[in-house]
Amino acid sequence: MADAAASSVAPAEAEAGHPGPGNLGDRIFNGTLWALGIMVLVVAGLIVLNLALVARPLAKEHSLWGFITSREWNPIEDHFGALPFLYGTLVTSAVSIILAVPVAIGLGLFITQFAPPKLGRVLTIPVELLAAIPSVVYGLWGLFIVVPWLRESIQPWLGKHFGWLPIFTGPPIGLGYLAAGAILAVMILPTVVAVSVEVMKTTPEANREAALALGATKWEAVMMAVIPYSRAGILGAVLLGLGRALGETMAVTMVIGNSPDISLSLFAPGYSLPAVIANEFAEATSNVHVGALAGLGLILFATTFLLNAAARVLVTAVQKGPSRVKG
Amino acid sequence: MNLHSSFTYRKVVDRGMAVVCALCFIGAFIPLISVLWLVVSNGAAGLSWAFFTELPKPVGEAGGGIGNALVGTLYMVGLACVIGLPLGVGAGVYLAEKGDGTIGSTVRFMAEVLSGVPSIVIGIVAYALVVIPMGHFSATAGAVALAILMIPTLARATEELVRLVPGSLREASLALGVPNWKTSLSVVIRTAMGGIVTACLLAVARAAGETAPLLFTALNNQYWNLNPSAPTASLTVAIYNYAISPYDDWHSKAWTASLVLLIVVGLLNIASRVLTRSRLKGAR
Amino acid sequence: MKKLLMGAALLLGTAASAQGLLINGAGATFPAPLYQKWFSEYNKINPNIKFNYQAIGSGGGIKQFTEGTVDFGATDAALKDDQLAKAPDAVHVPTVMGAVVVAYNAPGVKALRFSGETLANIFLGKITKWNDPAIAADNPGMKLPEQTIVIARRSDGSGTNAIFTDYLSKISPEFKTKVGSGTSVNWPVGLGGKGNDGVTGLIKSNPGTIGYVELAYAIQQKLTIAEMKNKDGAWVKPSIASVTAAAAGVDVPADYRVSITNPSGKDSWPISGFTWLLVHKDMKDAAKGKAIVNFLRWALNDGEKMAEPLDYAPLPDALRERVLKTVDSLTVNGAKVSAK
Repeated sequence: MADAAASSVAPAEAEAGHPGPGNLGDRIFNGTLWALGIMVLVVAGLIVLNLALVARPLAKEHSLWGFITSREWNPIEDHFGALPFLYGTLVTSAVSIILAVPVAIGLGLFITQFAPPKLGRVLTIPVELLAAIPSVVYGLWGLFIVVPWLRESIQPWLGKHFGWLPIFTGPPIGLGYLAAGAILAVMILPTVVAVSVEVMKTTPEANREAALALGATKWEAVMMAVIPYSRAGILGAVLLGLGRALGETMAVTMVIGNSPDISLSLFAPGYSLPAVIANEFAEATSNVHVGALAGLGLILFATTFLLNAAARVLVTAVQKGPSRVKG
Repeated sequence: MNLHSSFTYRKVVDRGMAVVCALCFIGAFIPLISVLWLVVSNGAAGLSWAFFTELPKPVGEAGGGIGNALVGTLYMVGLACVIGLPLGVGAGVYLAEKGDGTIGSTVRFMAEVLSGVPSIVIGIVAYALVVIPMGHFSATAGAVALAILMIPTLARATEELVRLVPGSLREASLALGVPNWKTSLSVVIRTAMGGIVTACLLAVARAAGETAPLLFTALNNQYWNLNPSAPTASLTVAIYNYAISPYDDWHSKAWTASLVLLIVVGLLNIASRVLTRSRLKGAR
Repeated sequence: MKKLLMGAALLLGTAASAQGLLINGAGATFPAPLYQKWFSEYNKINPNIKFNYQAIGSGGGIKQFTEGTVDFGATDAALKDDQLAKAPDAVHVPTVMGAVVVAYNAPGVKALRFSGETLANIFLGKITKWNDPAIAADNPGMKLPEQTIVIARRSDGSGTNAIFTDYLSKISPEFKTKVGSGTSVNWPVGLGGKGNDGVTGLIKSNPGTIGYVELAYAIQQKLTIAEMKNKDGAWVKPSIASVTAAAAGVDVPADYRVSITNPSGKDSWPISGFTWLLVHKDMKDAAKGKAIVNFLRWALNDGEKMAEPLDYAPLPDALRERVLKTVDSLTVNGAKVSAK
């Protein structure tokens, strides 16, 4: 059969060897495809180039190290430092990871290991719905529901019982790192769950069944077979979630308090890289100011780029796993 | 006896962890219900024909609506589709058909990683690419930003969908003497078209929900606008402006506009799901 | 399908632009409620002319105007000399005056008063509690809560910010050196709100918060407003009358760039300011230029009457006459603009 196919292809290819509509069509088609594929690289290049171009006036006044480590954000004297925004972005992302990852892994395990397959499929629907909600709607919900809840219930409770910890000091105003981190946690949950489920599903059944055959309970089979196998992939899922948290703009801007300060307390208002760009870009009056904001954009781009690249390597490594095990 | 109690312990742990994992579902479910319930309950009251068709009124005057914002979003997303869908799907086809070399791997890697770039950064790029040369804010700038966002995700999804088409289809077509390029277009891509349309719908849903890249590209507009080189209102920016204002009636409008946005995004997602299901049913 | 879409878009685009004139402006949130009313009323009289005003803050207005991405700007912070160098043909057209007031959310505390020094120290972060001795000294006999003060200030480039910090810099040398004055300053503390409405929202929703907003916003949102001690030592409430009094003694220069904070006069509100529309001396677009000039004439005549009900102080008559003459001197492609 293969022979017959090959021998029927051969005449077509022999035809294609002659100049004619087939060959020209192929050339045009391949050329167009190639151009379209290259567009992706062009877009990537455009992003980096334009960010760098807009950021150039900043480079004239600040060194890279100086920019990253300075706490000053002074548009009057054109002294800019990225530190408060880096801090705020990292803190809110860290809070979101701490809150979301355990829930995401638990949910992933439930969907893939503990729930009957049909229920597992149904359960992914609410997770996908969470992913579809636009950021500004999360911001609205955060501003009018989460912030007052934090201000009136959670923060006073935390302050009363754990106020000796430096992260729970200060007046409960609702807005701040904690609010942003909490909302980010809800927003990155779908990403981490989806990738974790994908990764957990690739655990070879043989490993699980071997554990069960040895008398392990379902949970022990998970701990012995699934988790060790998909560890790298789950890490990849976390990195992807982290990447999303770093770049989230609207929801964070609406609840973080827009204060370029550095504070140990989670109750304090802060600022994040995307939030300051959103607030100030349309209004930055000097080229250095615009350059500083574009510089922040470059930092953001570089960080999410690296995170996503690392995540991709990890996830594909786990997904390629079975072929390595079998071969 | 020790074995028995140790087994009971293990069983308890097993059941306990299963319950904990099930409870994690609550962790996901509660915020979802909270958001949906609040948007519907706070926003439903404001739904009216006037809300969909009127222009916003100045502060203090009652009434007014998001007519121009809704049209603006549809318009800019439409323009973005014109730019982004061909480029994104095309890049995906390239990756599936010709993407096995070094360039292909690089493009694939880039598409994967670019899909995670924060949309605010894309906004800066669109500002530099379109607003500065044009000299003013415009719907085109907003559309370009949205298109750049669509391209990487579409490319990845399209590649996967085209690769799913069985090789035997392609070989049969080639065996019949159909040139390579025609095979790709009429046989392979056409077969994958259902999935590609689904992917496009999801990309459109995402673009419709974006706010950050529109803030300093399309800016905003108090009036109707279908002029590609003028600033344009959008549903998401309208929600943002209403939400951060101190006016209570604008807050209500924010909830109602959010409900409209969720309905639009929801319909697109449902449509993609229905298409997927019918496609899978048809394939069997 | 896609071709249809593109064709339709082009068609509608040209149709839309043929239908009416759209003039884009951006800037201060300080006068935004009044400007929105003006543009809406003007559109009722001239349905073909639409002014699209985006209140993004004075800083944004100055920037967009200088870069030419909008047709006119609006700011309550007059252009500084270096900013003027970048936009040499900018003309400041004062429209109205307003008061920047200190509003706060302290349940149970009514009619608080602040002296300038106390206010400066609060916003420097040196006074942190509502029952601080300095506040108590300004308000003898009043019961003050033992609550931390939360400060709300502007996160965007703001003329309101410029007026407020200009006042505090005049009062407190420490404020001047540590924070400075201008549309964006190095605030040591505080929650950032976007626009006057953002700060208003912060004050409204967080007990214990104090901030500065334009009078119209405070009155509309029923915020509690503080009295201030003015230069002459008198305690004044912010009002249209006290703002007009503030401008009374000030000599307004030919280009109208002047600050009226901390003026003398026992009725003067110490944190008052002009707000200006920024237009080009010679406009290049014939239709837009004509529309802008005629709008300005309407605003300075009929528009001024709408100022008081919205809690803005109209320009004093003598000043208004001067401004009308300046508007008459604006040109479009070198030619003066006739009244329509």
